Amino acid sequence: MSRSKAILLPSLIVVALLGIWEAAAQWHLLADALNIEPFLVPAPSEIAEALWEDRDLLADDAWVTLREVVLGFACAAAVGLGLATALHFSETLRRALYPLLVASQTIPPVVIAPILVVWLGFGIGPKIWIIALICFFPITVNALDGLRSVDPDAVKMMRTLDAGRWQVFRRVEAPSALPYAFSGAKIAVAVAAIAAVFAEWSGSDSGLGHLILTSNAQLLVPRMFAAVIVLSAMAMALFGLLSLAERKVVTWR
Amino acid sequence: MLTRTGAPTQEPLSIGKSGAPEVGGATPGGDAGEVRLERLEHSFGRLRTLAGLDLRAAPHQVLGIVGPSGCGKSTLLELVAGLRDPDAGTIAVDGAHEPAARLARCAYMPQRDLLLPWMRAIDNAALALLNRGARRAEARRAAAPLFERFGLAGFEDAWPAELSGGMRQRVAFLRTLIAGKPVLLLDEPFASLDAITRGEMQQWLAGALAADPRTVVLVSHDVEEALYLSDRVVVLSARPGRVVAELEVPGPRAGDRAAAVTSQGFATLRERAMRALGEGAREEGR
Repeated sequence: MSRSKAILLPSLIVVALLGIWEAAAQWHLLADALNIEPFLVPAPSEIAEALWEDRDLLADDAWVTLREVVLGFACAAAVGLGLATALHFSETLRRALYPLLVASQTIPPVVIAPILVVWLGFGIGPKIWIIALICFFPITVNALDGLRSVDPDAVKMMRTLDAGRWQVFRRVEAPSALPYAFSGAKIAVAVAAIAAVFAEWSGSDSGLGHLILTSNAQLLVPRMFAAVIVLSAMAMALFGLLSLAERKVVTWR
Repeated sequence: MLTRTGAPTQEPLSIGKSGAPEVGGATPGGDAGEVRLERLEHSFGRLRTLAGLDLRAAPHQVLGIVGPSGCGKSTLLELVAGLRDPDAGTIAVDGAHEPAARLARCAYMPQRDLLLPWMRAIDNAALALLNRGARRAEARRAAAPLFERFGLAGFEDAWPAELSGGMRQRVAFLRTLIAGKPVLLLDEPFASLDAITRGEMQQWLAGALAADPRTVVLVSHDVEEALYLSDRVVVLSARPGRVVAELEVPGPRAGDRAAAVTSQGFATLRERAMRALGEGAREEGR
């Protein structure tokens, strides 16, 4: 009952909003109010039509972007978790690298993206770099926080039970840090799609970001909206997958 | 011990001195397990926690330590276990002075059960064996008989979150016991339980220690608990902690807690302990 309600209520709101939008677009209300051409304000039905008509194009570009996002995210997760572990084990390393880690996040990706494209070309390389750079920070910082938030009494208990440093890490610290790491990863995957668009805008010949850019230039507004919807659905699906993985792995919460 | 071939051997997975499967049978290390503290000094920065403390627990003796909160009782256990260094004085466990050597001889049961929520009850209990490199199946085989004996049969595969407070404490105590160390350091082991469960658990612990004697240093702020479980009770003063009274508890621990704690002799001892506690507390800030 409550579960079906939880799905029903937001759906009703979405349907209502789509209805209002449809009406406003069909009768040119918004276009007139903004004093623009009506074709710049596509109705939901037109966007749906574009989703169907351009399905092959959208699928091809979505596949390109999905690959970038997944690879970029995977690199960030691997490096981020590894670095968090290294920083956790070495006080010196933490002092040396943590400020640099924070500093790296103060440079906007919009600035870095074109530079990386200049250096690395139009291929998938710079996209993976940009996405990884953006995903890397929340994963590392959250995982490190998780490792450091461990109960000191649990560590003492482990030491009197003959645990070495590695066993304390494996049996206590790493599991305690898992929920934190998942939080970081979920933040990362949500921004990864945005990062992919930035990366593709800086120079590319395919991908959803590229499609949005070219549709915009060609005034194919419904197609642009369709690309945005596919991108958003992709990000939500990845987020959902991570949440599912978290529920499977972190069973004790 | 347990090996892949099943042949008895000392190496490489020695489970305590006698081996966990024999817990309750042979006592680890025979008469081993004396704890001796001499002129122990400790402070946190400028806060003096222990002032020239002398204490001794004979092998297989249960030494109860009571004192007002903040008198350094928990610190004392960490010092004995080798988890912390004293400012001055000597600590000997089984004649060993080095922190690492003390750590190898002491099992510490903290106030909270600290069961790892991502491990099943039996794996939590067998944690020491896993830490020493035993494979999971081996460790479980070693721990299983104890679940039966300590009233936890059927809960081997439960997650800690599925256990009641009393059961969690039992698993935590088993974990301490299975470590097979000659000395158990118990830091207010039942403080988090309600009064009824606490009483039951005290009786349970008395039984467990009768079956498997170890040297125990039991820290408590509950005079009744300390007197019921201990062979000797030491009353500490407020910070900095020093001994204000030592009480010998006569006779073997009674199986019937209700009868024991309401007896005339127990009441007399409790009164003496309470008075000593009161005096010790008044010395605060001296």
